[in-house]
Amino acid sequence: MDISIHHTTRYSYATPATHTVQHLRLTARDNAGQRIARWRVIGNGRDDLPVHTDAFGNIVRTLTMSDPHHELVVEVVGEVRTEDHAGILKGVDETMPAAMFSRTTALTAADNAIRDLATPIAPAVTKDAVDAAHQLMNRVRDAVAYVTGETDSDTTAAAALAAGAGVCQDHAHVMITAARLLGFPARYVSGYLAGEEVGEIYEASHAWAELFIDGLGWVGFDAANRVCPNERYVRIGCGLDYRGAAPIIGIRRGAGAESLTVEVAAMPMGEQNQSQDRRDLSERPNSS
Amino acid sequence: MEVNSYRPVDHCFDEMMRTRTAPRAAYQKVREWLAAADPASLDLRRREAEILFMRIGVTFAVYGEGGDPERIIPFDIIPRVINGREWDLIARGLEQRVRALNQFLVDVYSKCEILHAGVIDTDLVLRNPAFLPEMNGFTPAGGVFTHVAGIDMVRVGEDEFYVLEDNARTPSGVSYMLEDREIMMRLFPDLMAAHKVAPVEHYPTELLTTLKSVAPSSGGADPTVVVLTPGMYNSAYYEHTYLADRMGVELVEGQDLFVDENRVYMRTTRGPQQVDVIYRRIDDDFLDPLTFNPNSTLGVAGLIGAVRAGHVTLANAPGAGVCDDKSVYIHVPEMIEFYLGEKPILKNVPTYRCGREADRAYVLDHLDELVVKEVRGSGGYGMLVGPHATKAEQAAFAERIKADPDEYIAQPTLALSTSPTFVDQGIAPRHIDLRPFVLMGAKGVSIVPGGLTRVALREGSLVVNSSQGGGTKDTWVLLEEPC
Repeated sequence: MDISIHHTTRYSYATPATHTVQHLRLTARDNAGQRIARWRVIGNGRDDLPVHTDAFGNIVRTLTMSDPHHELVVEVVGEVRTEDHAGILKGVDETMPAAMFSRTTALTAADNAIRDLATPIAPAVTKDAVDAAHQLMNRVRDAVAYVTGETDSDTTAAAALAAGAGVCQDHAHVMITAARLLGFPARYVSGYLAGEEVGEIYEASHAWAELFIDGLGWVGFDAANRVCPNERYVRIGCGLDYRGAAPIIGIRRGAGAESLTVEVAAMPMGEQNQSQDRRDLSERPNSS
Repeated sequence: MEVNSYRPVDHCFDEMMRTRTAPRAAYQKVREWLAAADPASLDLRRREAEILFMRIGVTFAVYGEGGDPERIIPFDIIPRVINGREWDLIARGLEQRVRALNQFLVDVYSKCEILHAGVIDTDLVLRNPAFLPEMNGFTPAGGVFTHVAGIDMVRVGEDEFYVLEDNARTPSGVSYMLEDREIMMRLFPDLMAAHKVAPVEHYPTELLTTLKSVAPSSGGADPTVVVLTPGMYNSAYYEHTYLADRMGVELVEGQDLFVDENRVYMRTTRGPQQVDVIYRRIDDDFLDPLTFNPNSTLGVAGLIGAVRAGHVTLANAPGAGVCDDKSVYIHVPEMIEFYLGEKPILKNVPTYRCGREADRAYVLDHLDELVVKEVRGSGGYGMLVGPHATKAEQAAFAERIKADPDEYIAQPTLALSTSPTFVDQGIAPRHIDLRPFVLMGAKGVSIVPGGLTRVALREGSLVVNSSQGGGTKDTWVLLEEPC
């Protein structure tokens, strides 16, 4: 599938900010399931922002503003050709032993409820790890309804499960936490989810989980949608949790109230690019 | 008590006395000096030293206590003397150890060969809270993580030196080493002149050379170095100001620095100036709110990005703490063999991990003879010295171990060597340790001879930490034995 992505994030400040530093983890790289045809990250009009690679292999661009500013705009424009690999990630230069992804983090600390969610699947893990992972994905989705506005980017896996509601970020966190309890190294993945038909637009900055399964390697599980990533998914970056893979993380000085608009359009391309939809969303990854 | 009636403690190596009555050669003249001096004049000198420390402002904040937060660390006027042969052995052992620790860090943040080879358990390193996943794949300039290491050692016999603990994060205490020497030169110039003592006052120059050697190439011939402090409320703030002053570099706080285009700049009256090397005395977690603790206001937003992009060097490198973790300590001898193919020169104290069932059972059965420490504790806080603890204290500690076994290790109680110390009762043996400071730059290792000797001033006490009432001594490495 050929996917076009247009993602704009616009911060407006009531009074000017004096200094801003943002890390942008918004750059997709090639893997066996996706070929990047075109990709630009534009921060306040610049597409040559300084770049480094972080510990998880994510490409990070740094946007700094040292003069007073009322507005900040981050834009991503990309075209990607994807293939369905049944969620199995190949062609990525892994920088860390999978075992490192068994660490817990503040956002992915287990509590009794997450243990209760994971425990019944334990016997299945040794029999058929892939089947166990699918069972876990469905249990997570059964336990956490898709509801926007109930959680935010600081919500822990335990809190989301207790609320029984959340968005894709929360499904990914609960999945990761439970998977680690079952012995799977697991990580958080950020990316985009395109619509199903040509021209069909999803306003979807998305997130899912990857579990390390012996013999297969890293395999994606999108608990929010109960599927393994297919040709509709564009993978951007990964981390131990949301914080490690956050598409935009920053700090600013000065500035009063902030208002934020995010427009995301990820859609399959036909012969011609289609025009874009505009919607106001929260800055959080969202899912269908 | 006069020096002639000084008697070593039974079953302890005494630094001054070879037998109950015969001194060791290195202490010959110190002993003669003590024999000649009358106790009242020694006491006068001790008070003079205190006044000097107060006037210079060498103070130390003690956490978790009421009262005066700024107090001086007691200084003992009797130097600790190490002969040249002993120092050679110690120095070779230190260089070997720090090289291995540094290689371990380079390895676990890149290829993980020691883990793949099965020499050290993968989870012990990669799931260790002191391992920073955020630093994975990063090798600092010159391959140096541990620019400054403080290695805590004790002596138990003529040539028997044990390493108690490695400090590879932001070890402190070097300013006391330097001030102790200055005070000794002022108070006892004749005694110093009678000995050939290896100098230590070039430490700040050596430190600056070390720091400049790991500057990014963009720093040019004369890179800009700064000392980054968390501020005046930090217990080691005096040392931060002291080292910046002696090196002739700026002392800055996080708010004095900012990141632009993945480069770090210092705000100055003449506009922004790019910084090449940051000798930081801030803990990893507070360095950069974008990468570590998001609530930190002590650090610099975007700093780790600048580090990873190779535009600035942090000393010590973030993540170095995984090599001085007490559960990783156990494996340092294996690191030395794995990376250097050598036998360890300095010994490791046998260590029991309470997280292992068999070890835990042994520890709980032998609490009256072991020292138990928190895996992540420091400063002598939260430890049990079994032989000196009451039954009730032992029982309380047993409960803590059982509740959280992974958090504790235990070691046999070592008979730390004693050194003559001027206390209220006169000259008496007190237990000591040694913290040498090992510098590692792009061109290799350098160690200023000696280090900081800490002394447990309470009779019989084995805890030398200044936070627990320990004092310090000037440490002399003799270039020649006195004749």
